[in-house]
Amino acid sequence: MKSYLSPEYIVERDQDRCIRCEVCINQCTYETHYYDEEDDIVHSRNENCTNCQRCVVFCPTQAITIRKNPNYYRENANWTQEAITAVKKQAETGGIILTGMGCDKPHLTYWDRLLLNASQVTNPSIDPLREPMELRTYLGAKPDRLEMETEEGSIVLKTKLAPQLSLEAPILFSAISYGSTSIRVHESLARAASEFGTLFNTGEGGLDRRLYKYGGRTIVQVASGRFGVHPEYLDIGAAVEIKIGQGAKPGIGGHLPGEKVSEEISKTRMIPTGTDALSPAPQHDIYSIEDLRQLICALKEATNYTKPVFVKIAAVHNSAAIASGMVRAGADVIALDGVRGGTGAAPRIIRDNVGIPIELAIASVDQRLREEGIRNNASIIAAGGIKSSAEVVKAIALGADAVYIATAALVAMGCTVCQKCYTGKCPWGIATNDPWISKRINPDIASKRLVNLLRGWSLEIKEMIGGMGINAIESLRGNRLHLRGVGLTDTELRILGVTMAGD
Amino acid sequence: MDIRLFSSRVKVENGVAKVNAEGVYYRDLNALLRTFNGNGVKKMEIHNVYGQRYLGTDLEGNMEIDVYGTPGNDLGALMNGPRLVIHGNAQDGCGNTMNEGQIVIHGRAGDITGYSMRGGKIFIRDDVGYRVGIHMKGYRGKRPCLVVGGTAQDFLGEYMAGGVLVVLGLNLKAGECHRAKFVGTGMHGGTMYVRGEVSHLGREVEVVDLEEDDRRLLRSLVDEFCSHFGFNTNKILDHRFNKLIPVSYRPYGRLYAY
Repeated sequence: MKSYLSPEYIVERDQDRCIRCEVCINQCTYETHYYDEEDDIVHSRNENCTNCQRCVVFCPTQAITIRKNPNYYRENANWTQEAITAVKKQAETGGIILTGMGCDKPHLTYWDRLLLNASQVTNPSIDPLREPMELRTYLGAKPDRLEMETEEGSIVLKTKLAPQLSLEAPILFSAISYGSTSIRVHESLARAASEFGTLFNTGEGGLDRRLYKYGGRTIVQVASGRFGVHPEYLDIGAAVEIKIGQGAKPGIGGHLPGEKVSEEISKTRMIPTGTDALSPAPQHDIYSIEDLRQLICALKEATNYTKPVFVKIAAVHNSAAIASGMVRAGADVIALDGVRGGTGAAPRIIRDNVGIPIELAIASVDQRLREEGIRNNASIIAAGGIKSSAEVVKAIALGADAVYIATAALVAMGCTVCQKCYTGKCPWGIATNDPWISKRINPDIASKRLVNLLRGWSLEIKEMIGGMGINAIESLRGNRLHLRGVGLTDTELRILGVTMAGD
Repeated sequence: MDIRLFSSRVKVENGVAKVNAEGVYYRDLNALLRTFNGNGVKKMEIHNVYGQRYLGTDLEGNMEIDVYGTPGNDLGALMNGPRLVIHGNAQDGCGNTMNEGQIVIHGRAGDITGYSMRGGKIFIRDDVGYRVGIHMKGYRGKRPCLVVGGTAQDFLGEYMAGGVLVVLGLNLKAGECHRAKFVGTGMHGGTMYVRGEVSHLGREVEVVDLEEDDRRLLRSLVDEFCSHFGFNTNKILDHRFNKLIPVSYRPYGRLYAY
């Protein structure tokens, strides 16, 4: 069937600059560029271009510019280019439209409508360059009270603490599965987490044995398909996460297509090569909070009560009530993933239309748990498109204990958010497990870039909280007095628990 | 765990530990199992089990554990080697994500029995509940086997990705078929052998005839089943079996646009 779609991007090549080195041809995994020997010229197939910028960055003479195709349909605020294109694609294929990364629509990003406070005159700000600043964060259930006793003159803690995880900054790498990415991405994340002192999350595809040595800095995930979940896997991790949902696709499951289940992936997922790896949305042993408690208890039993158990859900309409149930079910950490959360593959229609913004979810969950007097029973991790250290600070002021980042980590490694992860051909070598393409990620370099990112954000966080006169991130948690809203309605302000700027 | 607490409840003789589990919390019971496992105790007998969950969860090694009474949910979850013999009924989630070992149930078992099991064997004398064998997966040398003496409820073998699931229907009357609906929905690997007719299949399953290899495998499993429960293999096999296999290993391959 002839496609009625025109290319999204046009590749422009400055022929005066082009030296026919063919770097662009080798770098583009979508086969956009090709060399015409007869004319000694490099041409481009515009329809293949995803505007990932790989060729642009690697062209030694800066000969390439990618432009949006000016052949736009007649301007229409309702029937946008995207809407028309989607209908045509579906008319041609009869399928679901897939996409990658987080929601790209201008859904209200409340981060931009929340502003932080700083000390002026009446209370001193703290200079993080000279004063000690504490970003260390402990995740896990905290006791209602601490009992001490004196033993031979020294004070000893009598209360038995639930297992705790220590992080050097309130930022963890969120779940990215082996299968959607290669071992090199997992290794980069694992090494960066170990070097910096945070944790990375395996996602639901298991953990390659070669990375077991980073187990102390690994959250092992258990999802409905139970891929790669076996006793050793649970033992090796620092924590176990039950994946109920994901912000990019609340209410639907995961699906790694058979062609991505290579020999290597098959070993870790513990399924035969070439078969689809289906993770349906429901965990079939969980139909209620009581059932969730059962899986939490089974995993605690399996790990002999030495590890915190996380439960991750997508932020949805009644997250606060669900979170209350999760805490009562025994979750040590609850992870909330907002509507802008990323993914390697999700139906576009789900990604862009299901779920709620993470800012509102953090505020309502924190508020609810406080009202019920159970906030200390679990830590909260916020996730879903967190792009900067300011968003980390705002998330913590709203009530989170820490944040998960995944897209930001991938961007640090080279990702340009071109949203074609689901093709498995990521020209940056990230969302692929093709042995040739994935070599583009060098874990020595990628882990360094990740550590740099965490260091940079940590410095910025210290500057921001120092400016508020706070010297420990603990003192910022749920401290909404340090937030003010702009351009928000009374209802939005009420749910966020903040007042209007100037008030 | 404080072993002294159990001094009145535990007797160890000739490498066999006998436990009176009445009123013992599951955590303590499992801690006891872990304590004895690999410490010279080859066999355990646990008496008076009344609903304690997670028995044998994550247990390694090759201990034999006889359970008398009614163990609770998630029996043998994530188990990796031991052999559990249940003299009574099991509840839901028995063998959940089990990796290796054996569970023999002299009675019935509940829903999602064998959920995502990757290895080992489960034999159940009587009926089982809903979604039994869901997500079972085979992998390399591992082929989980689940044999049910009675019949099953709906969604038998749902999302099954590997392994062998046998349903013998020994308690069905002559001419009566299995009443489970949506058998094998989402199945994309593994094999089911059903003695007698299935009334309602999932879309992803097809029924084929048994071949010589199938008969050999079936005989060995039924033999093992009979050795546990005292039935006659030949009598059981002298009946029509249906082999259920997935239509495709990629049931949802054509779901997406480009």
